[in-house]
Amino acid sequence: MPSISRDEVAHLARLARLAVTDDELDLFAGQLDVILQSVATVGDIATADIPPTSHAVPLTNVFREDVVRPSLGQQQALAGAPAAEDGRFRVPRILGEEA
Amino acid sequence: MTSVDELMDYAEVIERFDPVLGLEVHVELHTNTKMFCGCANLFGGEPNTHVCPTCLGLPGSLPVVNGKAVESAIRIGLALNCEIAEWCRFARKNYFYPDMPKNFQTSQYDEPIAFNGWLDVTLDDGEVVRVEIERAHMEEDTGKSLHVGGATGRIHGAEHSLLDYNRAGVPLIEIVTKPIAGTGERAPEVARAYVTALRDLLKALDVSDVRMDQGSLRCDANVSLMPKGTTEFGTRTETKNVNSLRSVERAVRFEMTRQAAVLAAGGKVVQETRHFDESTGSTSSGRTKETAEDYRYFPEPDLVPIAPSREWVEELRGTLPELPWERRKRIQQEWSLTDAELRDLVNAGAVDLVAATVDAGATPAEARSWWVAYLTKEANARGVELGELGITPAQIARVVALVNSGELTNKLAREVVTGVLAGEGEPEAVVEARGLKVVSDDSALEKAVDEALAAQPDVAAKIRDGKVAAAGAIVGAVMKATKGQADAKKVRDLIIARCS
Ligand SMILES: [Zn+2]
Repeated sequence: MPSISRDEVAHLARLARLAVTDDELDLFAGQLDVILQSVATVGDIATADIPPTSHAVPLTNVFREDVVRPSLGQQQALAGAPAAEDGRFRVPRILGEEA
Repeated sequence: MTSVDELMDYAEVIERFDPVLGLEVHVELHTNTKMFCGCANLFGGEPNTHVCPTCLGLPGSLPVVNGKAVESAIRIGLALNCEIAEWCRFARKNYFYPDMPKNFQTSQYDEPIAFNGWLDVTLDDGEVVRVEIERAHMEEDTGKSLHVGGATGRIHGAEHSLLDYNRAGVPLIEIVTKPIAGTGERAPEVARAYVTALRDLLKALDVSDVRMDQGSLRCDANVSLMPKGTTEFGTRTETKNVNSLRSVERAVRFEMTRQAAVLAAGGKVVQETRHFDESTGSTSSGRTKETAEDYRYFPEPDLVPIAPSREWVEELRGTLPELPWERRKRIQQEWSLTDAELRDLVNAGAVDLVAATVDAGATPAEARSWWVAYLTKEANARGVELGELGITPAQIARVVALVNSGELTNKLAREVVTGVLAGEGEPEAVVEARGLKVVSDDSALEKAVDEALAAQPDVAAKIRDGKVAAAGAIVGAVMKATKGQADAKKVRDLIIARCS
């Protein structure tokens, strides 16, 4: 039983806005399955008393003072933008995904 | 999307269904800087001038948490009677939408900083409803999109969109209620009262500007109906773009009547996001949630966990100010208000204004009579909040002082206030410009009285004969001559003195 199905790979590809062909789906599903199975061996070692790790460094409460620091200027901010208009980033129209 | 919805009569809705609400309120904190970078947190400004590599999501940039924002989040949680997490993390909410240049929003997922609270909400007639709070979590606001080429400025039909990221990364607290059931026909009112109470609380905490018109307080209203006698929640819709307290009430009421009509016709309510239209008071279909959102949340690797010590939490509890309901109780006692008087004061949204007017020297009764009795009508007539009328507590206090010193009559005082509301400047300037001072100069008054007596010798004779009632005609003439700016009683006394 593979740890990731072809449908799941298709779903993830859609979420990531990747155009993947049918052939590629077969290929990637197989490859991802191998990767996931390898990573899953970690789970064999972890027992109930070992919590999942999200951060490798044992630090908490790293805060910044609420003090304003210089921002980029508008020109600089837009310097790398493929398109700009009226001081704003210009993007293609957005279809069917009103947030 | 332009189909006209069938609506059920509200009374029938209540007869047949029980509404269930869920309210999500987003509040922008008014910290100096953004949530994860040192850019200024300011409303408006030239587009893309409060941005840096971090809030633009440029490669290699790293976020650092604003400590002040965490403090505010904890204080909000405490004021909402929540438990404060001993340990919690930020999470990435992944989605592709240009309002977030990072392609994810930094939020909290299953570990909110505050949870399990409640807020007591007072309805217009004094009934108290306890609204349970599911959670309050920290996140960041998104940028602002401008859709170009669409007929209405909305996304449909737009040719392209323009993005301003000044708001991207502004600290945001999302406060989510547990399902609010059992409020029946009062559900729309409960929704408005809840957001009002929350706004007052956040204002007292001094953590946000809480301006619904500017978007620093935003409410999404989830509404569903269940047929009377059943207990399973129906399919809900989530209405966005609800930008005023009144709209919260209208949006909930509209959704109740719309969903009831759908259900009564044997249809199914579609789970979707709906958009509230202020001008029509109706909601329209937005994005259909046919595919359940898949945000692939995972713990934010670039931010370490937050573990507020119990000492810190208690220290912050100590900084909580007098909260609105405590303040109301104190004010009621100090000003000797009846329950009904207090309710009128609160419902008018005038507590702060009256208190500030009292601080500026007026008595509570004088201040209340202006704000609650007079200015509320003016605000309603103009469709604005009391605080947006354009007159300050200090100005009202000065008008009151002018009345008390005899320089203005009540009638003239109203004209002065009308002038201030019309933008004619300070009360004193209006008095000057409109020539509204009471004529108290005795010689000027005596002259006017003498002229009036001379003009009506027969009336003067009657008064001299002791027929004091006849003086009314002379008083009228004097008031007319002084354009109503004399004190009528004083004029009358003067006439009688001149004729004896
Ligand atoms: Zn920034």
